[in-house]
Parts: sequence; structure tokens; C-alpha cells
Amino acid sequence: MRGISFDVAHMLAGSLVLVSFMQLYQDRLYALLNIFALHALVLAASVAWQAFIQDAPHLYLTALIALVFKAIVIPVALHRIIVRLGIHREIETVVGVGPAMLLGMGLVALAMVVMLRVTAEADPLAREDLAFALSVVLLGLLMMVTRRNAVSQVIGFMSLENGLVLAATGAKGMPLVVEISIAFSVLIAFIVIGIFLFRIRERFDTVDVQALDRFRGERR
Amino acid sequence: MIIDALSGVLLIPALSACLLAALPGYRLTSRLNVLAAFLSFVTAASLFVVEPQSGPYLLVDDLNKVFIVLTTFVAFTTSVFSASYIGHEIEIGRLKLTYVRFYHSMYQVLMFGMNLALVANNIGLMWVAIELATLTTVLMVGIYRTHEALEAAWKYFILGSVGIALALFGTILIYMAARPVIGEGLEAMVWTVLVAHAAKFDPALLNVAFVFLLLGYGTKVGLAPLHAWLPDAHAEGPTPISAVLSGLLLNVALYALLRFKMLLALNPAAIAPGPLMVTMGLISCVFAAFMLYRRRDIKRMFAYSSIEHMGIIVFAFGMGGPLANFAGLLHMTMHSLTKSAIFFAVGHIAQVKGTQKIADMGGLTVTNPVLGWGLVLGVVAIAGLPPLGIFMSEFLVVSSTFARQPWLVMILVFGILVALGGLFLRLNTIAFGEPRGPTAPAQASYVPMFAHLALVFMAGIYMPPVLVTGFQNVARLLG
Repeated sequence: MRGISFDVAHMLAGSLVLVSFMQLYQDRLYALLNIFALHALVLAASVAWQAFIQDAPHLYLTALIALVFKAIVIPVALHRIIVRLGIHREIETVVGVGPAMLLGMGLVALAMVVMLRVTAEADPLAREDLAFALSVVLLGLLMMVTRRNAVSQVIGFMSLENGLVLAATGAKGMPLVVEISIAFSVLIAFIVIGIFLFRIRERFDTVDVQALDRFRGERR
Repeated sequence: MIIDALSGVLLIPALSACLLAALPGYRLTSRLNVLAAFLSFVTAASLFVVEPQSGPYLLVDDLNKVFIVLTTFVAFTTSVFSASYIGHEIEIGRLKLTYVRFYHSMYQVLMFGMNLALVANNIGLMWVAIELATLTTVLMVGIYRTHEALEAAWKYFILGSVGIALALFGTILIYMAARPVIGEGLEAMVWTVLVAHAAKFDPALLNVAFVFLLLGYGTKVGLAPLHAWLPDAHAEGPTPISAVLSGLLLNVALYALLRFKMLLALNPAAIAPGPLMVTMGLISCVFAAFMLYRRRDIKRMFAYSSIEHMGIIVFAFGMGGPLANFAGLLHMTMHSLTKSAIFFAVGHIAQVKGTQKIADMGGLTVTNPVLGWGLVLGVVAIAGLPPLGIFMSEFLVVSSTFARQPWLVMILVFGILVALGGLFLRLNTIAFGEPRGPTAPAQASYVPMFAHLALVFMAGIYMPPVLVTGFQNVARLLG
């Protein structure tokens, strides 16, 4: 049991990193949304597996929230916003796909080196989970940095949150924070979708963050 | 449940937030806002008289008492300023009445978030509270719904969220370090339990956790490489929010950082957090000092001045030791009071002139003598000239650390002097010379501004012994 439970957890967490990489090279918003839904799906599976092997039923709730909100509701809602607002469907990137992938690999290597070294004495499952989670967090950051559209930055942020959820569930028996952090990620998503995109849309014809930059206080 | 002062500082803002969200109109709600803030302050002050019992979720000790009282006091005076400021904004039609209801409610939610972060005895709860405070300020920064305000809110939201996400990762790592020693469950996230067992934690995990926490909460403190959100958020939001951001929210994030620093200090094998904080503090101080020279927007300029002062404070706490901690604590208090007083003045000045551009202001001491001289006094204080309180605290920071690290202190003094030059250069344009721009008298309440300045002046000349012993106790606690 020990062997297989470890292997499955390892595989699911590893797939999350892989899906994070897939997000990095998308150049269409719809495709990016689909990949994000996949990201949330893998997260839900991973959290559910952790709930099973840790015998922690409250984590099933976390998995369910990830499945319903992050994999279904938010992608559908963002999809509709993109259609309704007529947002540019192409993603403008700051660096090309090649350098972004290379940077991503560097970050994952960094995460592995840092986390595996410092957690040498922790139990192997939590250890690998934490290393993968840090990789997902860093890849999410990278995505936020290399994209210009507001929508893809939000997706980058949500995948970063997914990494945090993975870390929190990997830390065995962590109290209270899992539920609360999920509630917050939902809240954040609502704030972003509900207020910012609509407000930005009211004032600009685009949700391209570059357009916002023109209005910086100092550059007038 | 018995309602003591501890739950009072949380319940008063929470209940008044609900109440203010339900009430229409401006006159009544702004007064209620002042009343709620005043009640919170009185309740917080009563913590010094009767110390309530700490539980697994909430905690009161010497360290956070100082922070809570400072926070609720500045929040109270800011609410007085806010009442007259918002009144003017409604008159000129910059703010719609529907948003005012939202604004007052959010003001109390922000108070709730900050108070909760300060009294939380659980690292998870503290994280949630700081996130709550961040989200409310994001909404308030964007309240004018202009291009600039939206961009500032967006930038603040993205950078703040990244910071808060890194802080959560650090929090999870602290739990991972605590779990083998304390065991699974709630106990492993409780401050008092963590502090008792910190010496046995895995030092390597603690080190990595602290780096994440420093980057995460450091973003919220506005330390130099992570400060990009701060000037925009200060410049584009309503001025009472700039005052609260500079005077309070930065302190709350700093408080979180100090708690984790205390935790690391208890583990002999972990890295010393001091040098990291000293480095970031010095970078912030010198960088922000140079940035002061090219500011054209008055609120943006004072935002950079906040970064500079947070740098000095983090430097002092990073150096550590009872004396430097005392100096850092004093400097934090003085900076909160002075900077919010400056923002009170700046808010009314911007309303009189109808702009925040420094080039369109001039001769304020002639046209609006009270506001003009108030600002001059504030800038003299913030620049660290004697005999005001900031001079005292900066002098203490320098003298208490000079013997240990003369070269580092040289850099700090250099930063302070550069900032002094930058501030006076701009002050000269704003306060003296030919009057420029509209010169209508301001409909302002000067009481909060001069109350703060009087306190700062007092502290520069005479510190009550009660305050000194209180600060000394806290400084010892910080190690």
C-alpha cells in the first residue's frame, strides 16, 4: 500500500507541474482556459488522493471545491467574459515560448534543489509534494510575469494558488488553512472577474494590461 | 462567551461594518464611522489596564498591545479627517453617494482585518487577516474608478497577491517544521506553542520558510525591490486610505515579519534573520531617498518617503538588541503619526488646488497659512530635524548601531540626508514662493493633523517614563 500510494501521489503532483508547463506555451486565451481547467482537475485528483491516503475526509471537500469552482465554474465564467467583452483572443507575451520554457525548467530545477535539500529528514511523500508545489508556484509566477493580458495574469495567479493548495494538503494534518485558503482563492477569483474586468472594460476597450500602463501617474 | 476587550477590538469594527453597509447617506455614516473607530481605540487602550486571557486563536502580549493601540488611534484620527475629506469629495462630485456607503463599510472591514492580524495567535489566521486587509485596500484604492486608480488597484492587487501567496508558502513551511516536534493539528500553528518549541525545529526548513515570509510580507511592508505597488496605491486612492496604508498597514505586515524573526531567533541553528533584514532595509532607504528627487505628484513623493522610513525601521529591527529594537519601535510609532499627519495636510491641499501635481502648487504658507505651515511642520518632522520625535528615533537608531556596524550606519545616514534634501527641495516649491493654483480657503478639520504633530513634538522633547518602560519591555521581547 505504501508503495502504490506514494507512486500515485507522486504522479499526480508531477502531472500538475507538467500542466503548468503546458500553460506556459499557450498563445490563445481559450486554449489557456482549457489547460487551466485541466490544471484544476489534476489538482482535485491529487488532493482527493491525499485525502484518501492521509485518511483526512475534510480534504475531500477541498478537492470538491477545486473541481467545481476552479475546473468548471471559473473557466466557464472567464470564457463568457472573453466572449461578451470581445477581448483579444491572442496572448501577448513578453518573452518568447522558448526562453519562457527554459526559464521554467530552471525554476523547477531550483525548486527541486532547494526543497529536497532542506527537507532531507521529512517524510518522503511530503517532501516530494512540497518540491512539486514550489515548482507550480514558481511557474505560476513566471506566467504572470511573461504575460501582458489581464486574463492570463489572473490565470497565472490561480495556478499559483493551486500550487499552494498542493503544498497545504501535502503537509499532513495542517489545520484550518486548507478550507480558508480555498475560500480566499474563490473570493479572489470573484473579485477579479466581478469587479476588475468589468471596471477595466468600462474604461478601456481592452483588457490588455499594456493599455493600462499608458495611464501611469508619472508618464503623463 | 464573555465579551472582553480582546473580542471587542474585533467585534466593534465587524459589527459597524455591517451596520454602515446598511445605512444610506453621508453625514450619519461618517459620524458613525468616527464613533466606531473611537470605541475601538478606547477598547484597545483598555488592554493596558486589564489584560484578557489569550486562547488558541487570539493573543495579547506586550508586543501587540503597542501595535493595536497605535493602529486604533491612527484609525480613529484618520476617520475624523476622512469625514471632512469625503464630504468635500461628494460636493465636487468626485465620489458618488453609493460608493460612500461602500467606503465606510470597507474602512471598518479594514480595521477588522488589521486588528485580527495583530491579535491572531495562529499563523494561519494571521495570514488570512492580512489577506483580508489587503483585499479591502485594493477595493478602496480603485474607488475613484479613473484610469489611474484602476491601474494602481490592479498593480496593487497582483503584487499584493503574489506577496501574500509567498507568505502562505512560508507559513506552510513553518507548519512543516513544527509538525515533527509538536505533532499534527491546530497546536502546530499556534504562536505561543511554536515559540515554546522553536529550538527543536529543523533549522533548514525554518531558513527557507523565513526567506519566503520575508519576500511575502516584505512586499506588503514595501521593501525596495518589491515596492512597486506602493507609490501608485498611495497616489491614486482616497487620501485617508493613503494615510492608513502608510501609517498602519505597512506596520501590520512588519509586525508579522517581527513575529517570525522572533521565532527564528529562538533556534540557534537557523540563520540569523538580521542581516537579510538589514540589507533590504538599507536598499529601501537609499533607493527611496534618491527616488524622492524626481517626483511630480505630491502623494507619490510621500509614498516614497514611507518606503524610506520602513527601510530605516527594518534596518533597526534587523540589527536587533534591546537598544536598536527600542529605536525601531519608537521610529515606527513616530513615522505612523507623522506620515498620517502629512497625508491629512496633503489631502486638503490637493482638494484646495484641485490637483496633486507639485508644479501646480505654490506659496501655500501665504494663501492657506494653516495648511501650509502644517505641511512644513510635518515635513520638518519626517525629514528628521530636531527637536521633533523622528529626530530622536533616528538618532537612537544611528547611535545604538554605530558601534557595531559603522559602515552600514554610514549608508543609512547617507540615505537619510539624501531624503532630507529631496523633501526640502519639493517643500520649497509647495509651501513658499509665488502662489500658484486656486487659493480658496480649505474646509478642513485641522484637529487630527495638529494632534499628531503635537504628539510627535512632545515625544521629541519629553518621553513619559511609562512609555519608555513599555517600549523597553517590548524591545527585550524582540531579542
